[in-house]
Amino acid sequence: MHLVIIGNGITGVTAAITTRRLRPEARITIVSDETTHHFSRTALMYVYMGHLRYQDIKPYEDWFWQENRLELVYATATSLDTQRKELLLSNQHTLSYDQLLLATGSVSRFANWPGQHLRGVQGLYSLPDLAKMARETHNIRHAVVVGGGLIGIELAEMLHSRGIQVTLLVRDEHYWASVLPKPEAELVNQQLQAHHINVRYRTELAELLPDAEGRVRAVRTTTGEELVAQWVGIATGVTPNLTLAQTAGLDTDRGILVNELLQTSAAGVFAAGDCAQHRQPGANETAIEQLWYTGRAQGETVAHTICGQPLPYRRGAWFNSAKFFNLEYQIYGRVPVVPVAGEESFYWQHPTTWHALRINFRPDANFAVTGMNAMGLRQRHDVWQTWLQTSTPVHTVLQELSAANFDPEFFRQHEPAIIRQFNEQFPAHPVTLKRRRGLLSRWQLLAGLSTVPSSGR
Amino acid sequence: MSSTSTSPLILTPPPVPHTSGVEKALLTGVGVGLVALATVAFDADAQRAKICFWVALALISIGTLGWAWWKFGHQPAGVRQDNLWLRGSTGRGAIAWLTAVVLTGFYVVLYWFSSPDDQGNFGPLNQLVHALDPFSQALRHKPSDQWFLYGTFYTLAVLIMGGRALWKYRHSPYQRIRTASVMFFQLGFAFLLPGLLLAFQRPEYYFSYFWPLKYDYLFPGTVGYLLKDGGPGLGVFMVFWGAAISFIGTPILTYFYGKRWYCSWVCGCGGLAETAGDPYRHLSDKSRTAWRWEVRIIYTVLVLIVLLTALLWLAASGAVPALQPITDPLSRAYGFAIGSVFSGVIGVGFYPLLGSRVWCRFGCPMAAYLGLLQKHFSRFRITTNGAQCISCGNCSNVCEMGIDVKQYAQRGEPIIRAACVGCGLCSTACPRGVLNLENGPREGRYQASPLIHPDSLRILS
Repeated sequence: MHLVIIGNGITGVTAAITTRRLRPEARITIVSDETTHHFSRTALMYVYMGHLRYQDIKPYEDWFWQENRLELVYATATSLDTQRKELLLSNQHTLSYDQLLLATGSVSRFANWPGQHLRGVQGLYSLPDLAKMARETHNIRHAVVVGGGLIGIELAEMLHSRGIQVTLLVRDEHYWASVLPKPEAELVNQQLQAHHINVRYRTELAELLPDAEGRVRAVRTTTGEELVAQWVGIATGVTPNLTLAQTAGLDTDRGILVNELLQTSAAGVFAAGDCAQHRQPGANETAIEQLWYTGRAQGETVAHTICGQPLPYRRGAWFNSAKFFNLEYQIYGRVPVVPVAGEESFYWQHPTTWHALRINFRPDANFAVTGMNAMGLRQRHDVWQTWLQTSTPVHTVLQELSAANFDPEFFRQHEPAIIRQFNEQFPAHPVTLKRRRGLLSRWQLLAGLSTVPSSGR
Repeated sequence: MSSTSTSPLILTPPPVPHTSGVEKALLTGVGVGLVALATVAFDADAQRAKICFWVALALISIGTLGWAWWKFGHQPAGVRQDNLWLRGSTGRGAIAWLTAVVLTGFYVVLYWFSSPDDQGNFGPLNQLVHALDPFSQALRHKPSDQWFLYGTFYTLAVLIMGGRALWKYRHSPYQRIRTASVMFFQLGFAFLLPGLLLAFQRPEYYFSYFWPLKYDYLFPGTVGYLLKDGGPGLGVFMVFWGAAISFIGTPILTYFYGKRWYCSWVCGCGGLAETAGDPYRHLSDKSRTAWRWEVRIIYTVLVLIVLLTALLWLAASGAVPALQPITDPLSRAYGFAIGSVFSGVIGVGFYPLLGSRVWCRFGCPMAAYLGLLQKHFSRFRITTNGAQCISCGNCSNVCEMGIDVKQYAQRGEPIIRAACVGCGLCSTACPRGVLNLENGPREGRYQASPLIHPDSLRILS
């Protein structure tokens, strides 16, 4: 079998590695026009800030690919013929395949703003984007970042590290309003203030204004304000990269349409990761998933089907994490911006420092926990996964909360304060902290529940 | 076809240098201090040299501490790594090269050109050594020598740069306490206490160094000397203490806490690496090739010192008279190659080029011994948090021991490596809260998280 993978991001590479594990004899080729070697897209910001070099964000050393017989081709796949099972590459070679995986990722989304093609206006998705940003932001004073999500705050942090004055435009009334409840967003807002980032809430980009040389000089916002900016970062989201899929006439909508086995409309052609759109997403699930973790999970799942072990894609319990300047964030399960009907939300926040914990639960379903947000606290993934999977009552979770504490040694333990507040807020079933922090507690807890957390895929 | 062409080269332009007035003033203090220190060496006027010496130390100390406060103290607390690889001083640039040459040169002069001659002249370091005479008299009741000068500089470096580390990592209680610990052990156990012992006419003994790092502490010659000069009570205690920690305390403490109880909390070499070496920690080589050399070299050194010690005792017992003429040259060869060249000249002199733990990683037999215990007989490991790793590489970058931490984290595996000194920086630097240093039950110590499927590919074959 010859498997050809278009795209060497986390999805394509996970699929390649999993295929190598399942089918040691398979021939595997990875085609990319971005870089020869796989790198961690989420780490691009650290290269700009000088924390890391490009070679430091490669998850595998260069010998890895040859030793595992993963052939790397640095070229653009310009067209695809699904009848003859052939790809045409930009280096004039053709590449035939038995199975093809499209893991072409995303492109930055632009909303047709006047002036968006000016020099100094760009998104940040790829390594070439980063190189361009590094060139274009050299020696500038002011920048505007459009978009109140993860990439938006990343761009703000990157520019801040170079001493560039940043104004962040956020469409909604608080930061990342589609995901974060207001109190958590306010903590992020405090981080932005502490780092002297100007934020304009309820403000969008209206127009980009040029200077005499065709470079951006300022932006005009929807509130009519004109902001000086020699560079403008567009962080209003990404959209699936469909260029190759469309040359082959595959079924597409916003993304490449796939069934639950991640098969496209053409035989032997699969799509996974950012570029795939699920025809029938599960309840409360989005059709297009654009996360590192979901990309990894889809890549692993699709490899099973490719290797003749059909495996439907199941996302499993939700989790994610991020860091907003100095504030770490983790989520396990579902935490809607506003609690849904039948759900209660308990929120604790330290009065002075940047620590907060939110636990959602369903009083009508034996108080089962449904999700958790942690800000400035580290929580154990496997412990929370087990609690969520076994619908553990919130009282039990709080009693055992120390078993989920993943903060380093000597860090202040906030569990007593959290439980005190819970008991004040919900006095019907008072809770006392039972466990101590540490590996032993975690081990006893997971062994006691005797349910092995599964990955859900 | 399997064509691999080169990727687009990324050239991140360095940031535009910006040096504020406050920073310039503080650096001026450091610079004037360095000039004053240099003049001491050449000053014929002993009195003026003494004054210059103390003024120099004061300026360097205050300037460096002030600079650290300015760099880290007046920003929000958190991981501060901006421009680490883009600055010449910390990115193997011209300034790093110059610093390495100066440091290495100092060690060469100290080890081989500053032994006192018949008139008590300490070569090029003479005035610097004598500038410390009053202090040495007060502490040790004897005149200064080149090793006292070195000890003073060393301790000062740990304290000042320890102050910097406290500012830099003030958001992490683990780093604060650990930094305070290495500062305490260097000042108390490796500087003041040995000095006081001398003042009381006792052997200069370092209670924080043990065989096989301080190899001669279990050589027959040193044991005999300690028993004789230490007196019946103290001398016996010193020999007992050294042997007990080496053979009983080390396995027990390492079982409960891992190698870190010594390497990043107590040891003086580790203390210097964690403080003065902190700006260079990321320079350690993370490649598989470097790991292979590490394994080849460090265990060879351990075998050498064990054999040498055994030979010395065998010779001292008189059982094999043929050994007598070769043991002395052998131990002098070890002292030169390992004790001086490896641990001093290369170990510290090359900080700005190879990172701060070259000696600890490739050469230290104590680290090798602790590492074997940590790998096979310990409750310590670095836990990976489920499937949260994003392979960003920050953990590997800050690992001073050159462990490619992300290889484990991205596979959901705990990190159990002989080299790990437990400095905790991987956990501190991780942006997603994935890594944690933990002591726990040994059952399932190597078990990976079920939330991520490892790729089952070997990383060191």
